[in-house]
Amino acid sequence: MDLYDKDVVSIRDFTKDQIEGILDLSEKMVPYALGDKTERTLDGKILGNLFFEPSTRTKLSFESAAYRLGCDVIDVSEMSMTSISKGETLADTIKMVDAYCDLIVLRHPYEGSARLAAKFSINPVINAGDGAGSHPTQTLLDLFTMREAKGTLDGLNIVLVGDLKYGRTVHSLAEALTMFGAKITLVAPESLQMPDDTVSLLEEKGCRPVKTAILEDVIDQADVLYITRIQRERFPDPAEYDKVAGTYRIDNAILREAKSDMIVMHPLPRVGEIAPEVDGTQHARYFKQAFNGVPVRMALLNAILGGELRWRTSTRSRRSRFLPSGTGPSSTTSNAARP
Amino acid sequence: MKILGVNEYNIDSCISIGIHVQSGKGDAWKDIIKIEDRELDGDTVDKIALIAPDATISIIRDYYVAEKYTVKLDDHVIGLARCSNPNCITNKGEPVSPEFTVVCRKPTQLRCRYCDRILVDISNNLL
Ligand SMILES: [Zn+2]
Repeated sequence: MDLYDKDVVSIRDFTKDQIEGILDLSEKMVPYALGDKTERTLDGKILGNLFFEPSTRTKLSFESAAYRLGCDVIDVSEMSMTSISKGETLADTIKMVDAYCDLIVLRHPYEGSARLAAKFSINPVINAGDGAGSHPTQTLLDLFTMREAKGTLDGLNIVLVGDLKYGRTVHSLAEALTMFGAKITLVAPESLQMPDDTVSLLEEKGCRPVKTAILEDVIDQADVLYITRIQRERFPDPAEYDKVAGTYRIDNAILREAKSDMIVMHPLPRVGEIAPEVDGTQHARYFKQAFNGVPVRMALLNAILGGELRWRTSTRSRRSRFLPSGTGPSSTTSNAARP
Repeated sequence: MKILGVNEYNIDSCISIGIHVQSGKGDAWKDIIKIEDRELDGDTVDKIALIAPDATISIIRDYYVAEKYTVKLDDHVIGLARCSNPNCITNKGEPVSPEFTVVCRKPTQLRCRYCDRILVDISNNLL
């Protein structure tokens, strides 16, 4: 997995091997994300958070990830306000911000803005959500959470529930899951089912998703139940929202039908989709999932800004305390032969 | 006609249109647009390829077919059509040309390189 200096625009830009590589590195990052170990592999680097719309959680998660690796963070979001009021193009704003930092994290209301930013920026860009477009770091942390709980991603039975029409994070998640041979079940009321062109994308990759409106029919086969919030603001017609709001609610009663090791995930915030009584059960993974945003983003930042080489460099510098100066890792094997 | 940029005010030569004309070979049928005194540039040919992927273009000079070729759609389409997604960044006054990847040739389907959406109604989004 060589992601050095690479942009992270869409999960589609990644191969299965690259995704596995990021997840492996994320796993190594967990003790550092928890603060149990410390590491400053990105000492001296600067991350620029450029948020054209508020998303406190995503922003904090990137900040936390950066600080855990010794990377400084500047919030250049204010530039978004001035650029909008002055009618500056995103392309120009990006070129300015690019001069202040080593990596740009972009959140923007228009779809495709991350791809555009990556085109105009010399430094790498990470897409932290572009409108109804993609949000690849969310997809990666979702995959990480599943693999962490299940030990593997291969052949999992995933049930996606809720707004499968407007919520495009589930589209990229479903697409990524097809790389791992997942069995996907789509649970939504007819008006919120996954659009046909997304379903045909899954089918092109050999997945045969099953559509249903009734969660009770399929919950017993699930390894992972991924439920999303039905967002009022996404609906052109409020009457349509009222019809489907609160259709699905996970509580202990419905969970009695589930496998004992089935996990429940939710990108949060939840609004009634999961009863609080579920929080204490072995099924609940949504808070762990939120935490996992930190190690996964640490892995990405580390790989993009320093690469694995940098990671090894830091190991070497620690080891070098025990070795004569000027001795690199290549010479450690011959160390024993030294007089 | 829109692609060719011709209308009654800006062209002096003769335009003939034949619909459902018998083709020379067997019982195939074709539609024909014949324009006098006009050779097509690359962009125009590419746009024709977008809406009529099976079209054949014949350039006739001095009564003889001087060139004859079928149009060919490249894998990437740049600057020929705008994205049909109103929320796409390419529709927001940024200094970029819309770019598409051809995901299907029959029927022609283009996916926006920026917003990832399929372009709907190609002929009405030509630039
Ligand atoms: Zn687009």
